[in-house]
Amino acid sequence: MPKDHGIGASSKRREDVRFLSGRGVYTDDMALHGQTYAVFVRSNVAHGRIKSINTANAAKMPGVLAIFTGEDFKDVGGNPAGWLINSRDGTPMREPKRPVLAHGKVRHVGDAYAAVIAETYNEAKDAAQQLADDSDIEELPAIVDMKKAVADASNRVHDEIPDNLCFDWGWIEDNRAAVDAAFKSAPHITTLELVNNRLVPNAMEPRSSIGEYFPGTGDYKLTTTSQNPHLTRLLVAAFVLGIPENKLTVVAPDVGGGFGSKIYHYGEEALVLAASRKLGRPVRWTAERTESFLTDAHGRDHVTKIEMASTKDGEILAIRTETLANVGAYLSNFSTATPTFLHGTLMAGPYKVPHVYVNVKTVFTNTAPVDAYRGAGRPEATFSIERIVDKMCRELNLDPFEVRRKNLIQPDQFPYTTPVGLVYDTGNYQATLDKLIELADVAGFDKRAAASKAKGKLRGMGLSTWIEACGIAPSNLVGVLGSRVGLYDAATVRVNATGNISVMTGAHSHGQGHETVFAQVVAEKLGIPESSIEIVHGDTSKIPFGMGSYGSRSLAVCGSAMSKAVDKIIAKGKKIAAHMLEASENDIVFADGKFSVAGTDKAKSFGEIAFSAYVPHNYPLETLEPGLEETAFYDPANFTYPAGAYLCEVEVDPETGKVDIASFTCADDFGHVMNPMIVEGQVHGGVGQGIGQALLENTSYDENGQLLTASYMDYAMPRADDVPFYTVDHSCITPCTHNPLGVKGCGEAGAIGSPPAVVNAVIDALHRGGHSHVKHIDMPVSPARVWSAING
Amino acid sequence: MHNFDFVKPSSIAEAVKALSTEGAQALSGGQTLTPTLKQRLAAPTVLVSLTGIAEMQGVCLGSDGLSIGAATTHATVAKEAAAHYPALAALAGGIGDPAVRNRGTIGGSIANNDPAACYPAGVLGSGATVVTNRRKIAADDYFQGMFTTALEEGEIVTGVTFPVPQKAAYVKFNQPASRFALTAVFVAKFADGVRVAVTGASNNGVFRWSAAETALSGNFSAAAVEGLTVSSDGLIGDLHGTPAYRANLIKVLTKRAVAAAH
Ligand SMILES: Cc1cc2nc3c(=O)[nH]c(=O)nc-3n(C[C@H](O)[C@H](O)[C@H](O)COP(=O)(O)OP(=O)(O)OC[C@H]3O[C@@H](n4cnc5c(N)ncnc54)[C@H](O)[C@@H]3O)c2cc1C
Repeated sequence: MPKDHGIGASSKRREDVRFLSGRGVYTDDMALHGQTYAVFVRSNVAHGRIKSINTANAAKMPGVLAIFTGEDFKDVGGNPAGWLINSRDGTPMREPKRPVLAHGKVRHVGDAYAAVIAETYNEAKDAAQQLADDSDIEELPAIVDMKKAVADASNRVHDEIPDNLCFDWGWIEDNRAAVDAAFKSAPHITTLELVNNRLVPNAMEPRSSIGEYFPGTGDYKLTTTSQNPHLTRLLVAAFVLGIPENKLTVVAPDVGGGFGSKIYHYGEEALVLAASRKLGRPVRWTAERTESFLTDAHGRDHVTKIEMASTKDGEILAIRTETLANVGAYLSNFSTATPTFLHGTLMAGPYKVPHVYVNVKTVFTNTAPVDAYRGAGRPEATFSIERIVDKMCRELNLDPFEVRRKNLIQPDQFPYTTPVGLVYDTGNYQATLDKLIELADVAGFDKRAAASKAKGKLRGMGLSTWIEACGIAPSNLVGVLGSRVGLYDAATVRVNATGNISVMTGAHSHGQGHETVFAQVVAEKLGIPESSIEIVHGDTSKIPFGMGSYGSRSLAVCGSAMSKAVDKIIAKGKKIAAHMLEASENDIVFADGKFSVAGTDKAKSFGEIAFSAYVPHNYPLETLEPGLEETAFYDPANFTYPAGAYLCEVEVDPETGKVDIASFTCADDFGHVMNPMIVEGQVHGGVGQGIGQALLENTSYDENGQLLTASYMDYAMPRADDVPFYTVDHSCITPCTHNPLGVKGCGEAGAIGSPPAVVNAVIDALHRGGHSHVKHIDMPVSPARVWSAING
Repeated sequence: MHNFDFVKPSSIAEAVKALSTEGAQALSGGQTLTPTLKQRLAAPTVLVSLTGIAEMQGVCLGSDGLSIGAATTHATVAKEAAAHYPALAALAGGIGDPAVRNRGTIGGSIANNDPAACYPAGVLGSGATVVTNRRKIAADDYFQGMFTTALEEGEIVTGVTFPVPQKAAYVKFNQPASRFALTAVFVAKFADGVRVAVTGASNNGVFRWSAAETALSGNFSAAAVEGLTVSSDGLIGDLHGTPAYRANLIKVLTKRAVAAAH
């Protein structure tokens, strides 16, 4: 019988009741007395010099209350990059200021250079249009293509950065010579040039912010679409506006998806706060969909050359990569970490590869900033590795299953130190591969291929064995790697007098289901019903200082903090029980929600202990404090390393080039699973996004830096009929060795492991169909690209 | 969106009168016009709704063919034309999504004449007659290039009359993002010959592929098209496909339409 309660149960997502019945409360749903509307004036050229902005006409228009330009913010701070990366020669990265509003120059289409605040939205729109008409912006040649950006020093995104390079990073530089030597003597070298396509995150809820200033106290409040309200508070308060942290509350209420794009602080948040201060009234802004396309931090956008040295029978000897990574016009908060420490450190994959060297040059261009997007760096690494392993197999005529099996790290080799700086604590990659082969019925492929052929379709199968580093945390480690913040998390468990519990978490849930899962964990540990536990998140005035949700970290890091806080509650409960039962604390045992004296039938229920904690009539106050509330911070010893094996089968229509996903099978090792239904949902969503990247999503700027795919008319998101019914398994479990729950994280896995499985399957189908001249097709593998490849 | 006035007349005459006001524009299902207004790309002073006019509603089989009121929604056509003209009903049932089909109308679609829209292929491929408040216009004369039609100032489409073929099919290849036609082909076989209309492919909007019509009129089979070549001159090249790709689709989809025709 599967459990129906606590850890391991597929408890229904309690938050879905409000989300699915339209009763969620999102930022844009909140109506405030006296509210005003901000509309941003955004550049319609990719690169331009602001010669003048004449505000006089707009200021006189009906309802207009205030106008801001870059000039108003030139003396406050910029929005900083969270990670300092050094170039190979030891010089620190170039960090141009990212102002609240563009000043001097505009650097991408959508770059905001002014804002209008008015009584109504339409009045603000009208005045913003007037202001745009009254702005003189001299268009400069746009820098779009990364290779050209680096080659042409005369044209600069930032005047002070001559070659448009942010940094030139080598990982690990000291290993470079050994890697080069391994290539020199290698029996076989496989080479592949590929593009990891830029993606627009497209959260269902657009970004939205409300700034409030309370003149009576001098306090500020920012209600905003954030994945991590404390980080946003730190950035906007300490770095940008200079507001004391304790005078600013940041609230991230219900948030409709983020996928990374809502980790970062954006200028609009600072603007609504500054404007509310000036007007003494709430100022609100919600992005239109086009604004989201133009200004949300995009994802991926790497151009990579990867080489693999191997023996003739497929043993991997060395990997070497050269990548150009686009950071766009400004450095978004995690933009320098994503192509480096979330990418280069994963370049050994799940394989025993002795030599790896990664070079990444990050490039400024006149495009939207690029930052972490579901998977962040790890999908890029996984795609490069899994595509080249597949290409090597084809070149050497080897079986892709066998080659992977031969190279996978063996179960008895953990903890395993990779040549790119990580120590994988545990895993069993053979087990997930075996599971996959069974679940996907690889043995029955030929029969299915024959059936496809009878319909005029080419069938292919693509494999991906992947690993990621997540539970993004250890402050020690990330500090060494350049992070300017710590990456612990925190939780407070407050037992109320009547025995129910409020858990305040640093993690923020914007669709993941924390309100359900975190309650399951606490219920299990305390032996009380899930329904008496409430998860509180997203409000800096209520929760302890936490670092929010991204990098599949919420359960692994914040859940561990919560687990520790519950342990403290139990320890305190034992003290109280010892007092009430007149026993020694050491004799108290806690089980099934009861504190009892070992070996006796004397016991107090959890509820009785809670009540006594708040009605401490006869407490020995010198040794026993009233109350039952504990906070724990948790900073893990290492990343966690989920891993798995994915198999995609496709059918290709050779006449039109259309690819249909026939099946997609996942065998994952996420460590212990708290709620199998939610884990499956996370994998479905992640694989859906991976299929989107592989087949559909194409962010295209033209040579003038205009975004051609700025709406759903041209940007293809995966829809229900683009994805198959997935087969998802997570029964292979090697628990994480260093966190109390033994969990690894599952939020990004699907998006990391799936794109190469899809592309490998398409190439396989074409080869089986006789089109063996096709070595690679860049994502998105659209019908037109497949057709051109076949006929090229 | 800019402000506008809204009127909802109940007869064609009233509608035509309302449309003679300076800055007035017809509103049918609003599936094209509303997004345009929201993006502030149009600023009509008066919107004249055409959906309250009984004589512009409904599907009706008569002696001259199947008549469809201009303000009839795609969903209604999908349902009510199914028994009389299944290929046309299927075309309507494949437009957009349920929300679009429940509001969007045939009149709005052919007045707009988007180069990637479905109805223009059905209307031209059937050799239908477009009925306006002033005259009857043969499909061959009505479509005059991307977003361009024979409609004059103040003239509205009131209905379309389709001769019903012996066999027909519409095969649409979706543009992956918008799911309009990346290219689509409507094939109709009449007693006196075959018509083939192509949408989504040409810089000049919907057109007839006359070589295929000739070949198919002699031999209505996919094989008849096999030997033909399609020139990519004048075809659309964009993010979703080159002119050569669209030329290929025209042929592939025509063959499939012939095979599917019933
Ligand atoms: C998400 C989405 C997906 C879509 N997918 C498809 C698709 O796959 N295939 C497809 O073909 N279309 C598609 N469409 C377009 C849809 O079919 C529209 O309904 C149609 O193009 C316009 O019809 P309407 O009734 O909505 O017209 P409206 O938007 O009301 O009007 C369109 C234009 O025509 C004018 N007009 C309207 N009626 C008349 C009339 N009777 N006489 C003269 N002028 C008139 C209006 O003034 C306006 O300029 C899609 C639309 C959306 C929003």
